[in-house]
Amino acid sequence: MQGSGSLRPIVIPGEAVGGPGLKPGPGTYSEGGQLFAAQLGIRNEHDGLVSVIPLKGRYIPQRGDAVIGEVTDLGASHWLVDINSPYPAPLHATESPWRVEFGDTSRYLKVGDVIMAHVLSVDEIKRVQLTMQEREARRLNGGMVMEISPTKVPRVIGKEGSMISLIKDLTHCQIYVGQNGRIWLDGNDQDTAIAARAIRLIEERAQAFGLTEVVRELIEGARRETRGPRPS
Amino acid sequence: MEDIEHIEKEMKLINADGRRLDGRKADELRPVRIEAGVLRRADGSAYMEWGGNKVLAAVYGPREAHPRHLQDPARALVQCRYNMAPFSVSDRKRPGPDRRSVEISKVISEAFSAVVFKEQFPRTSVDIFIEVLQADAGTRCAGLTAASVALADAGVPMRDLVTSCASGKIDGVVCVDLNKEEDNFGDADCPMAIVPRTGEIVLLQMDGHLTYDEFQKAMEMSIAATHRLYELQRDALRRRYSTTLEDIMKESPPAPAAPMSESESPLPPEDDFGPEGI
Repeated sequence: MQGSGSLRPIVIPGEAVGGPGLKPGPGTYSEGGQLFAAQLGIRNEHDGLVSVIPLKGRYIPQRGDAVIGEVTDLGASHWLVDINSPYPAPLHATESPWRVEFGDTSRYLKVGDVIMAHVLSVDEIKRVQLTMQEREARRLNGGMVMEISPTKVPRVIGKEGSMISLIKDLTHCQIYVGQNGRIWLDGNDQDTAIAARAIRLIEERAQAFGLTEVVRELIEGARRETRGPRPS
Repeated sequence: MEDIEHIEKEMKLINADGRRLDGRKADELRPVRIEAGVLRRADGSAYMEWGGNKVLAAVYGPREAHPRHLQDPARALVQCRYNMAPFSVSDRKRPGPDRRSVEISKVISEAFSAVVFKEQFPRTSVDIFIEVLQADAGTRCAGLTAASVALADAGVPMRDLVTSCASGKIDGVVCVDLNKEEDNFGDADCPMAIVPRTGEIVLLQMDGHLTYDEFQKAMEMSIAATHRLYELQRDALRRRYSTTLEDIMKESPPAPAAPMSESESPLPPEDDFGPEGI
C-alpha cells in the first residue's frame, strides 16, 4: 500500500461505499442510511456526494450530449440514427440544418451516412430525439469512425478538453468525440493512424495518471519514426 | 431394474469417518475457480470451474429488446438462456432447449430480476447466456454464480452479486454441494441462491424430500457456503481489473470525473449543403 491519496480501489456491486451523511450519486444506491455500489467501478467522493465511476457499460443518451451516429433508416420526414445505445434515435427533418421537402429525406442523408448531432430530448421512457441545429452538427464526410467504451469518453476529452486538443495539435487531425463512444478522425493516413493509437492507449489506461504525458510521448515517438529516414 | 436396486443398496456415499466419496466433509465445497472477462465480444463474461462443472457465462446489454412486443415501457427485461453442450454429459445430450433447461433459464432470469436496477433502462433487455461445457451436478448454481460475475463485468447496475449453492441429503446426512454420484444416488437436492448482503433468497428449489429440520440445516449450510463463494466472485472481479488498480496505485491523485467540454474547435463548414440552412 502506497500513499493513501493515490489508492483508489475498485468497488463491486453491493459493496458499502459510505455511511449516513453522504449523498448517493450516480452508480450508487442507499438502503437504510447506508450507501452501496450499484456498479463495478471506482469510488469517488466529492462534496459529500459519493458516486461510482463505471469501468464498463452502455451509452445511455442524455439531453445535450454530442453524439456521432450512423443513419440506418429513412422516413418521409425523419431519419433513424444508430447512436450506439439501446435506444433508436430519430432525427426529424425539421431538426436538420436543411429545408427538407416531405418525402425528400434521401437527398440529404442516406443510409450509412455518419452525422454529428446532439440529443434534443430524452423522455422518461427513454424516447430519444436528435437535433442538428447546433453549430458543430454536420454530416461527416471522409475520415474514419472508431468506437471506444462510452465510459472512457471523459478521459479521451480530458479536463477542459485538454487531452483531445493535445492529440489534435500533435497529429493535425480533425477529431470529433461523441459522448456515445464514437470518435470521428480525419487527416492524412499516417496521422489518423497515430491518433487512433493514442486514443486506444487512453481507453486502455483510462484510470492511469500522467496520461497526458504518456500520450504526448507516444505521438511524438510515432511521428519521429514515420518521418525518420527523410532529412527534414 | 434389479441392477439399479442392487447398486443403490451397495452404494455407500458416506464412510465411517463421515467423509464423502470424494473425501469431503459434509460442509465442504468442491474446489472453485472463477475468471471474469474471458470473452471479448460479450459486454461481460465469466468462466467458472466448480468441481467437475465447467460453465461459461456471457452478458449482453442493456440492449434493444426484440421482438418489440416484449418490451416493457417501464423497465428492462432480464432474459436468460441456460444451455448444456451436447458433450457436457456422458450420454450425449440432444442439443436445443428441453423442459429442464427452459425451467432453469426461467428461474435464473427471475433470480437476477430481483437484483438488477431494471427501472434505469426501460424498453431494453439484459441478456444472459449460460453454457454448460461439462456437467457434474449443481450446474444451475454454477451457472448462476458465474452469470452474476459476468453481469457485474458488463457494468450492469445491480443491488448485489447473486451467489448460489445447493445442499442435499445423502445416506440420511445433510451435505452441501452434491456431486454427480451423490445427486444420482442421494435422497434430496436443494439448490438455492441468495443476495449475500441482505440474505434475501432469490431461488429455492427442491428435488426429493427433506424434513423441516433437515431443510433448515440444508439452508444454513447453503448460506454459509454462498458467503465463501461470494468472496471468490469478488476476488475474480478484482483480479480482472487489477492492472487498472496497479496503475491507480502507481500514478497518484484522484481522477477528476472529467467535466465535459464538448465544444470542440469548430470546423469550417465543409458540408455539401453549406450553411444556408433553413
